[in-house]
Amino acid sequence: MNPLARRKLVQIALNAAGIAVFLFAVFPVYWMVATAFKPNDQIFTTSFIPFPSPPSLDHVERVFTKGVGDLPIWQYLLNSTIVALSAVVLGAVFALLAATAVARFRFRFRTSFLILLLIVQMVPAEALLIPLFTMVKRIGLYDQLLGLIVINVGLTLPFSVWMLRTFVAAVPKELEEASWIDGAGRFTTFWRVLFPLVAPGLVATSIFAFITTWNEFVFALTLINDQGKYTMPVALNYFVGQRSTDWGGIMAASTLMTIPVLVFFLLVQRRMVSGLVAGAVKG
Amino acid sequence: MTQTSTLARGGAGTSAPTRRGRTRGSGLSPKIVPYVLLLPGLLVIAVLLLYPMYQMVEMSFHKVGLRQIKAINPAPADFVGLDNYNSVLGSPLFWSSLRNTVVFAAVTVALTLVLGTLVGLLLNRLGRKMSTFVVVGIMAAWATPPTAQAVVWKWLFDSDSGVVNWLLNLLPDGLSRLLFGRSDWTGQPWFNDTYTLYFVLIVAVVWASFPFIAVSVLAGLKSIPSELYEAAKMDGSGAVTTFRRITFPLLKPVFSVLVVLSIIWDFKVFTQLYLLAGGTTNRDAFNLSLWSYAEAFGGSAPKLGLGAAIAVVLTVILLLITLVYVRQIVKTEDDIR
Repeated sequence: MNPLARRKLVQIALNAAGIAVFLFAVFPVYWMVATAFKPNDQIFTTSFIPFPSPPSLDHVERVFTKGVGDLPIWQYLLNSTIVALSAVVLGAVFALLAATAVARFRFRFRTSFLILLLIVQMVPAEALLIPLFTMVKRIGLYDQLLGLIVINVGLTLPFSVWMLRTFVAAVPKELEEASWIDGAGRFTTFWRVLFPLVAPGLVATSIFAFITTWNEFVFALTLINDQGKYTMPVALNYFVGQRSTDWGGIMAASTLMTIPVLVFFLLVQRRMVSGLVAGAVKG
Repeated sequence: MTQTSTLARGGAGTSAPTRRGRTRGSGLSPKIVPYVLLLPGLLVIAVLLLYPMYQMVEMSFHKVGLRQIKAINPAPADFVGLDNYNSVLGSPLFWSSLRNTVVFAAVTVALTLVLGTLVGLLLNRLGRKMSTFVVVGIMAAWATPPTAQAVVWKWLFDSDSGVVNWLLNLLPDGLSRLLFGRSDWTGQPWFNDTYTLYFVLIVAVVWASFPFIAVSVLAGLKSIPSELYEAAKMDGSGAVTTFRRITFPLLKPVFSVLVVLSIIWDFKVFTQLYLLAGGTTNRDAFNLSLWSYAEAFGGSAPKLGLGAAIAVVLTVILLLITLVYVRQIVKTEDDIR
């Protein structure tokens, strides 16, 4: 075989492999969405029905009106949004301050603090569940969204600081020095010079924290008892336990839970792909 | 703690500028400023992560039940010494959950890394458009929340209407009988038996975690100068030799971080297992996380001390692995020193 034909053949094989990987990755997600839009007779069948034909909105409508458990799915989506947004906003403030400290200053214990950040990230959250449960119970935050918000700030903070410090460090310090020379104070410089430049990084970091909090399951399962305060993952688990065969409804609920995460993922995708391992490679 | 924790490695290469003896600005002495900035975050970490770590260890030496966790007037917990640890190590559940934890982690980490690396290498050789197409596709798997992952795979492996049983039925009868000793898969239950349950769990977790490995390996590959490959090609090196002699050594730091992170994530898998196993009723399917949860919250008589002891065992195993990770990072990161 001549080299040109050979190269062409290799390229075709590689593309075929690419499509196979794509299908393996996407099919379960597609199947989740497809099932959500299928009428029941196309769901409970031993044959393979690739598309909902015709698509039915029954399941989606049912999780919105009749609901998951006894409450419309709005309630859980709202709870999840409240918890995730509050935890992100609180966490962002703490993270930005701490990240500025480690990226802009040299001080004693700086290295110790960075190593501490790494180590606490590695402790399994599941292991902290028991002591945090008793703590939350003791201070009266059990069965309250506020308790979940506080816990999620703690769970996401080490990672947020770790990620954000690289964004702060990337802002040339000459800009701040210029601002000082112009007579601006420390606070003005931070607010008018550093903050706008770090903002994109802060958004990316916040999106990661949002996804983590949105997906968080075990604490929400343990710290919340009242069904009206369930977050989406817990509601989904409850739904599965209660109506284990209502696959149309279950898939509609999981689709609704997945959509915001997917959108956010695609938004920060480029930043992740480009910057992700840059630090690890250079060593 | 979460899948995202690694992303932190991103762009870690930029080194922090130094500033000494700056006196301008507000009234705060520049020596105090970093500590003031650090204080709120440090407090959060101390109260929500460090203190509970200490408490977890303390509770593991106490008998903590319903009466000790009442909101009003909790009874003091009795010190029981090593009793909890003795019951952990003496329980038959210890060995089965340790086995489940370790075997699951070993198989899943190996499969995830192999598949992820292969896909990373593939992405590097694909054309621009095709590569973006596949990356967006694998993002979908990566982005799916763990609870949704679990229910989707539960549905795919459903005994009556699941796609997997339908696919297995497509196999020629003779081949299927030769491989699995059966030809009719309709009604095959996957979640009653621990082995098949863990099989599904492995598939689900590998599916959700190979994209991260693939994208990380791709980013690593992009950083290797192409001259090296051209030189290797001129010297007549084959694909395998090139990988072994050039790609792998250069990506070694990436791989070691990825290996440790994967081990950590897979050792403590909880959400997917909890949903696939349907809660804490199937004791045979416990791993250490689920067992700890079941002892502390599963029954009507919670044993939080015992649960804490199991969590301590799990944490010690993980911290040993983490030490390797931290050493690796400290080695490669000038910034931290």
